[in-house]
Amino acid sequence: MRTLVPILTAVGALIAAPATAGDQADAEAEAAPAPRSLADLEAPGLRPVEPTAQEPTPLVVFTNAHVWTAAGDDWERGWIVLQDGLIHSLGEGDAPTIPDARVVDATGHWITPGLIDTHSHLGVYAAPSGKAHGDGNEASAPTTPGVWAEHSLNPQDPGIQRAVAGGVTAMQVLPGSANLIGGRGVVVQMVPHRGSRAMRFPGAPETVKMACGENPKRVYGGRGGAPSTRMGNLRATRQAFHAAAEALVALQEWEEQAGGGDDGGKKKRKKKKGGDDAPKPPARSLDTETLMGVLRGEILPQVHCYRADDMISMLQVADEFGFSIRSFHHALEAYKIRDLLADREVASSTWADWWGFKLEAYDGIPHNAALLTEAGARAIIHSDSHIGIQRLNQEAGKALHTGLQAGIDLSEEDALKWVTLNPAWALGIDHLTGSLEVGKRADVVVWDGHPFSVYSSARLVFVAGVLRHDAEQEQTWGDFQVGQEVTP
Amino acid sequence: MSRLLLSLFAAALLAPGAAIADDRACTVLLGGTVHAPEGPRDDLVVVILGDRIADARPTVDELQFGDGADAARFRGKHDCAVLKLDEGAVVTTGLVTVGGQLGLVEVGMEGGTRTSDAGGDPIRTSHDVADSYNPRSSVIPVTRIAGITSAIIEPTGGWFPGQAAWVDLAGGSQEETVVRRGVYLPTGFGSASRGEGLGKLAELLDDARTHLRDPRALDSNRSRPYVASRLDLEALQPVLRGEAPLVVGANRAADVEALIRFAADEEIRIVIRGGAEAWLHADALADAGIAILLNPYVYGPGGFDQIEARPDNAAILADAGVDVIISTGSAHFARNLRQLAGNAVRGGMDHTAAVRAITSNPARVFGQTDRGEIARGAVANVVVWSGDPLELSTAVVHLWIGGEPVELRSRQTELFEHYRELPGTPVPGLEVPDSL
Repeated sequence: MRTLVPILTAVGALIAAPATAGDQADAEAEAAPAPRSLADLEAPGLRPVEPTAQEPTPLVVFTNAHVWTAAGDDWERGWIVLQDGLIHSLGEGDAPTIPDARVVDATGHWITPGLIDTHSHLGVYAAPSGKAHGDGNEASAPTTPGVWAEHSLNPQDPGIQRAVAGGVTAMQVLPGSANLIGGRGVVVQMVPHRGSRAMRFPGAPETVKMACGENPKRVYGGRGGAPSTRMGNLRATRQAFHAAAEALVALQEWEEQAGGGDDGGKKKRKKKKGGDDAPKPPARSLDTETLMGVLRGEILPQVHCYRADDMISMLQVADEFGFSIRSFHHALEAYKIRDLLADREVASSTWADWWGFKLEAYDGIPHNAALLTEAGARAIIHSDSHIGIQRLNQEAGKALHTGLQAGIDLSEEDALKWVTLNPAWALGIDHLTGSLEVGKRADVVVWDGHPFSVYSSARLVFVAGVLRHDAEQEQTWGDFQVGQEVTP
Repeated sequence: MSRLLLSLFAAALLAPGAAIADDRACTVLLGGTVHAPEGPRDDLVVVILGDRIADARPTVDELQFGDGADAARFRGKHDCAVLKLDEGAVVTTGLVTVGGQLGLVEVGMEGGTRTSDAGGDPIRTSHDVADSYNPRSSVIPVTRIAGITSAIIEPTGGWFPGQAAWVDLAGGSQEETVVRRGVYLPTGFGSASRGEGLGKLAELLDDARTHLRDPRALDSNRSRPYVASRLDLEALQPVLRGEAPLVVGANRAADVEALIRFAADEEIRIVIRGGAEAWLHADALADAGIAILLNPYVYGPGGFDQIEARPDNAAILADAGVDVIISTGSAHFARNLRQLAGNAVRGGMDHTAAVRAITSNPARVFGQTDRGEIARGAVANVVVWSGDPLELSTAVVHLWIGGEPVELRSRQTELFEHYRELPGTPVPGLEVPDSL
C-alpha cells in the first residue's frame, strides 16, 4: 500500500502522483496525521475528484522521419519509439526492430516535441464567447493572489482541441492582467477531462500571474481608485509582498515547531505529533499563501510587462523580497535589457510581431526574440490568443526569419526552442517535456512539412504517448459543438 | 544654342509622343516568376517606366540590351537599370490591405491618436476619411516593408462611419498618397434585429433616392422628413448608382442570406465582411456577384454566429467563383497579410487565388482598375520577393510604389539598429565643442 505521507511534501509531487480511486480509498482509511506544513494544509484540496487513470499508450515506431529534437539533433532521416507514454528511444538512420510495435513510415514528415504555450486564456474566456464566459479577470481588487485560474478554466472550451490541432501539448492558463497580482496560473496538458483539475500537467509547479504597467492602473484608476499610476502599481505590489513576508515568518515558526519545516522535520520537534498540545497553525489566507509560495521559490512568477523600465522595476521588487521572476510576458522591450535578462536567467515570453495596440507596446519590434536569443537570454513565443495558439509554429518561423534576415546570429533550433524547451523551462517542466529525449514524456508532433512553413499542419499530436489529434480522424472534445449540425 | 537646335527642341516639346527630354526612371526586371493577370509565369520581362509598368511581356521588342547586361535602352530613348533577379525570386504587384485604420491611428488604445471616428450621428455617410489620413504615420513604413503598397482605409464609429479611401503607401502628403475617395461605405446591421437593421437601411436608401430625384424639395421644405442630413443622403449617390459598394459585416449564414436578398431587392452592390459561415451560401454569393472580405484565421466555433466556421471557407468560396479578399482588417497587424493568405492555402485555397485575394481582387472589386496587376499601363506598385510571397521565410527584396523605389526601413528597423549593440540607452555623453 502506498502511503500519502511522502507525497504530501510538495504540491507538485502530489499532483504528479496518479491518484486512482483505490489510492483515495486507502488514504481515507488511514488516519490523517496532524499537519506539519502549509503543504499538508493544502493537500486535501488538491486531491483530484476526477480519477485520472492512465489511458492505454500505443507502442509506436516512426521511421524515415525528419526528427528534430530541440536537444541538439536534427536528423533528416531518423526514427523515434514511443512507449508507455514516454520517449523510449530515438536516433538517426534505420530504426531498430521493436517487437509488437506499430511501425509507421513517416517519410516526408517532421517530428518535433509538442509545442508549449506559456500564455493562454483558453477556458477562462471560453467559447462560445459571451459575458457569462468572462472568467479571466477577478477585477474586484488590484491584488488577488488567492484566486486560481484552474477554478475558471472551462475544459469544454472548443479552443483547447483547436490548439492541440496546432501541435500544442501543454499550456499555461493564466488570469488576465487587470490585477497587479492576478492569481495562480495553471499548467495543463492537452487532455480532455470533465474538470480542470484533472488536466493539470503532472509534476508542474504552481505559477502566479502578476502584471505591471498600463492595465492595472487603467482598470482601477478608471474607477477612481488605486492604483492609478505606475508608482501606485509598485506600491500595491510591494505592500502585498511585505505582508506575505511577515506572514511567512509566522508560518515558518509554526512549521518548525510542528516539524514540517524546510529541514524536512529532522530538527527535533518541540511538541508531540497530534494531540491537544500540537502547535496551532496560523490562520489560512489564500492570498498570502500564494505570495509566500513565491517567496519560498515554489511558485513561479509569470509577470506581464511591456516596457523595459517596467521590467527593471519588477526586477527591483524581486530583489527586494528575494524571489526570482521566472518569465516576463509580452516583454516587447525585452530586447532593450537583454543583457540583464540573460544575467538573471529571466525568460521572456513574447510574440513574433505584435505591437502598437497600446502605448507601452509602441516600441515592439519583430527582432525581439532573435536579439534575446543572440544575447543568451531565454526567449519564448507565446500566444495570449485563442487564434495564435493554433499556429505557434508559424509565429516562431516568422520571428526566426526576421532575425536571420537582419543578420542576427541564430539557428532554426533556437526558434524551435522558443515554442518547446524554453516554455517548458518557464513553466518548470523542462525535465519532463519540451525536447525529444529518452525518458521524457511522449509529447510529440508529426508535421506534414517543415514546422516553420505556413503550409504545414500537425498531422498527429501525442500527449504523454496518447494520440490526441489526427488530421484524418474526426473527434469532438468541446460539447458546444455536439449536435450543432442537427437542425437543418 | 543655334536656331535649328532651338526649333528642334521646341518641336520636341510640342509634338506629342516625340522624343522629348524624358527623365523618367526606367527599371527592367529580368528573371523570376511574375504573377501576371493570367497567373504566374517564368518568361516575362517587366519594365517600370516612371510611375507605370510600361511593359510585361516575354519579349519586349523595344528593349535593347547593351554589352553589359546591367543596362538597357527602352523605346530607343530610356536608359534602364536592369535587375537580374535571383533564382526563385517572385514578382507581384503590391499587396493591398483592406479595411483598417492605417494612417488613422498611431496607438490602438490611445484615443487621442485616432482620427478615424467622426463621432456624433450614427449616420455619417458624408464623412470622408481621406482628410484624416496621416501619410507620415509611423505605422505606414512598418506595413509597406512587408510588401503592402496600398491600403483602403476606413472610418470607424456609428452605424455608417463614412467613406473609405484608397491610399498608396509612399509620399508625405495627402495629395501624393490619396488615390481615390469614396471607395466604399462600411456599415453593419446596426441592430440586434437584422430585420429592423435592413428596414432602416432600406429607408435610408429610399430617402437618398427621393432626395436625389428632387434635391430642391429639401431646400423649399417640400420634402418629407428624411432620416439623414442632406450631405449624408447625397453621399449615398455612388451606392445607388452601383459605383461604390456597401461593406457590411456578417458572419452567420442567415445574415449572409439576408444580405444577398437585400442587395438584389435594392439593386445595390454589397461586399460582405467576415463571412465566417459564408461558405454555406457560396453558389448564391457567386451568382449575385457578392465578394467576401475575410480573415482566414478561424477560431472554430467561437460563438453562436460562427458555429460553422471552417478553415477552408476561403477555398470553398473561391472555388465557387466568389471574389475573395483576404484582409487583417487591422492597421498594426496588416503586415501579416501574406501569412493570412498562406493560411488560406493551408486550408485548401489555390495558391494563385490566394495571391489574387490580396492583390488584384481588392483592386477589381473596389474599382481601382489601374492597380492590382503586373500589366502594361498599370501603376508600378511592384514587389520583388526572395521566394514564394506567402511563405514565412520569404523576404521583400525590392519595392516600388508608384514607380519610386522604397527603402526597406521603418521605425522598427531603426529601433533594431539603435539597440543592435547594448546599451542602446543611455546614449553616451557628448563631446564638449572647442569653440562656440
